[in-house]
Amino acid sequence: MRVLLTPLPLAGPLRGGEVELADQIRRAAEAKKPLRIVGGGTKAFYGRQVAGEPLSLAGHRGIIDYDPSELVVVARAGTPLAEIEARLAECGQRLAFEPPRLGPASTIGGVVAAGLSGPRRPFAGAVRDCVLGATILDGRGQVLRFGGQVFKNVAGFDAFRLQAGALGCLGVILEVSIRVTPDPRRETALCFEIDSDAARRRLCELMGRPTPISGAFHDGRRLHLRLAGGEAGVEALAAELGGDTEPLGFWDQVRDLTHPALATGPLWRLSLPQTAPIPTLGEVLAWDWAGSQIWLRSDRHATEIWQGASALGGHATLLRGAELGAEVFQPLAPALLALHQRLKTAFDPAGVLNPGRMYEAL
Amino acid sequence: MLDRFDPRLDGAFDPLDRARLIGRLGALLPPDRLIVSTESMRPYESDGLAAYRSLPVAVALPVDADEAAAVLKVCRELNVPVVARGAGTGLSGGALPFPGSVLLALGKLNKILAIDPIARTARVQPGVRNLAISEAVKPYGLFYAPDPSSQLACSIGGNVAENAGGVHCLKYGLTVHNILKLEALTIEGERLTVGSDALDAPGFDLMALMTGSEGLLAVVTEITVRLLPLPADVQALLVAFPDAGCAAQAVADIIAAGITPAGLEMMDELALTAAEKFAHAGYPLDAAAILICECDGAAGDAEAELRHVAEICRAAGASEVRHAKDEVERLLLWAGRKGAFPAMGRIAPDYYCIDGTIPRRRLPEVLARIGELSRQYGLAVANVFHAGDGNLHPLILYDASADGELDWAEGLGGAILELCVAVGGTITGEHGVGREKINQMCVQFSTAELVAFAAIKAAFDPVGLLNPGKAVPTLARCAEFGAMHVHRGEVAHPELPRF
Repeated sequence: MRVLLTPLPLAGPLRGGEVELADQIRRAAEAKKPLRIVGGGTKAFYGRQVAGEPLSLAGHRGIIDYDPSELVVVARAGTPLAEIEARLAECGQRLAFEPPRLGPASTIGGVVAAGLSGPRRPFAGAVRDCVLGATILDGRGQVLRFGGQVFKNVAGFDAFRLQAGALGCLGVILEVSIRVTPDPRRETALCFEIDSDAARRRLCELMGRPTPISGAFHDGRRLHLRLAGGEAGVEALAAELGGDTEPLGFWDQVRDLTHPALATGPLWRLSLPQTAPIPTLGEVLAWDWAGSQIWLRSDRHATEIWQGASALGGHATLLRGAELGAEVFQPLAPALLALHQRLKTAFDPAGVLNPGRMYEAL
Repeated sequence: MLDRFDPRLDGAFDPLDRARLIGRLGALLPPDRLIVSTESMRPYESDGLAAYRSLPVAVALPVDADEAAAVLKVCRELNVPVVARGAGTGLSGGALPFPGSVLLALGKLNKILAIDPIARTARVQPGVRNLAISEAVKPYGLFYAPDPSSQLACSIGGNVAENAGGVHCLKYGLTVHNILKLEALTIEGERLTVGSDALDAPGFDLMALMTGSEGLLAVVTEITVRLLPLPADVQALLVAFPDAGCAAQAVADIIAAGITPAGLEMMDELALTAAEKFAHAGYPLDAAAILICECDGAAGDAEAELRHVAEICRAAGASEVRHAKDEVERLLLWAGRKGAFPAMGRIAPDYYCIDGTIPRRRLPEVLARIGELSRQYGLAVANVFHAGDGNLHPLILYDASADGELDWAEGLGGAILELCVAVGGTITGEHGVGREKINQMCVQFSTAELVAFAAIKAAFDPVGLLNPGKAVPTLARCAEFGAMHVHRGEVAHPELPRF
């Protein structure tokens, strides 16, 4: 006879708010009426518009578990990002992927669903790299828990990582556990006058050796570098590079897309290999991610931008400024789209969770 | 026994027309790359989990993706299950063939196709050995970070299938964090590209989903890996503790102090004693537990970090702190740790390696409970683990020739895994579910979750031909196995009658 188990701390029957959310999904699935999943509403501009009844997660909030020695925070989806970051900061920790803070209402569920990572992405990983587990409601209103609270976990498919960037199309995130990282002991910001191509070459050279870089942004004229790590490494690199020091606060503009080059107007995001040439598809406003995320303004047809990005081994997203109903993400090859549709059906057979938010056909 | 495929519990397939299958495959592959005789197939009858053995109908050895695609198309057409295999070093029976299946061995796809030292990437075939990548890029001052203990022999394709970790993944991440793009084949033999040469790709993150999918979704034929610069300085400490609980506390204190060691390993008394006799690493034999802590970084930073670690360990009650004074000493410390598994072979005829992960703070109580279970089952357990990330490797010592001891070892292993789940952890940190832990999946996941996994699989492989009976159990299996389990306080499958 094997040992009987005690119930898991986070498991068990649905809590009050969850029951209502699950019921709303079940009703929508029965009626085949789409739902528009809403957290803080700060990323409503991102992706395609969904005409549907709102399913609000904002009330489903609160940090469930945070122990600095575990490097993990577990929170309900509606927990404000600001609340989580403040809590981590008290213990000298942070979110490694530095998600953009697009407004005070921004929620952790929205951060994961959007999958947008900030300037530290090339150096510390993306949202999906830090997601350790997710509890979701699927399109039948069932609670599913994938992953957990531990970094090393290979039981079952990584359906929790799949939620990162899926824009709610594969489930309504109820809870997420996220790996956090300690604050660096030393952090400093520098800037240099250097043209874009030379800066990208220089970065490849610097990143080919063990240098403590945590941000590399070019505003069209100057390269802004952020160094983070141990005292000795940061000081040695700062001494080697020279340049002008600038306030670390500069990086908030890069992270939150409030930098003057990015703050207004339509905005294309090109994700390219770091060594690809920067395409002449429009006006390069700036680049981040050490040259692998390019911010572009262009009045060319979207298809031209997608083809141009694809030819260079990358892809393009119209982050802001799309016409209603238009596609904003790089189109998928037919076989890949069909696979996406089958996965969507697996999680959401009635197609009620944010239908069309990512692609019209999804 | 789990080495027997059970059509009732694992899924039934059409009756096999062996001659027709071999005839069709024979038209695709020359005789030296299509193995069909029992004797020649023996080396393929198990992977690193040697307790489970079984022979396939045939072993196919394609040399490129086109040949692999052709084999898959034939298997799909004839409804024959396919088990992909890399180097066969996996520890969970993920590459265990079944009677009636074709074993698709990818070892001949073993070329490093391109190294781009500027972009810090390498494009490799799945049969390339893990360590061969780091060796090939070393002249550029780069390395491939995930370093499972089998890295000398294991293949990168197998690493992707298992989402392999290793000693340094606390700082450098798992396989999923260190790859950019996968080329794969579906069961239909169609090519599928996921991820990209950029840092992300449009649509769902299928690369992350496929990493660690244990050969159930697709067959990977090419991998683009991310390379990192070799650290400037690497330093290591050996710390001895008079009590395992103090060592566990020190681990939590190190992490809470904001230090991310490159490696943080722990061994208990039984493990360190055996390892010392095997490797003569200089481990203190009077300690109840030791930690090996490695820090890397810029010159000066690694040393400063280790000094801080040493202070923390002393405060937690360390009886000895020894800083490896040079590279020879550092490598010797690791030689003992890396020799821990073979060392067990010297003190017991057989050992069974468990692979659970737990939240670090539960370490002291879990170690105590493993001790109780060990006494209850009458089998010794040595504990070796990646303490930094809570990944335990209890080694159950047994004698397979003694009547029933393997069953007891499996029973004890299962009880330890269920303990891991009960404290909020998982049944496998890095070895994969494979065949070995298929029953424990019924403990960790609910019916609805298992149905979701099956639906994910069906989205890729609608007929269920890729590696059936592994990683994701059928509900029939869980109903049978789970009859005595309580899942999260609820009886599993209440809809089913109990006898």
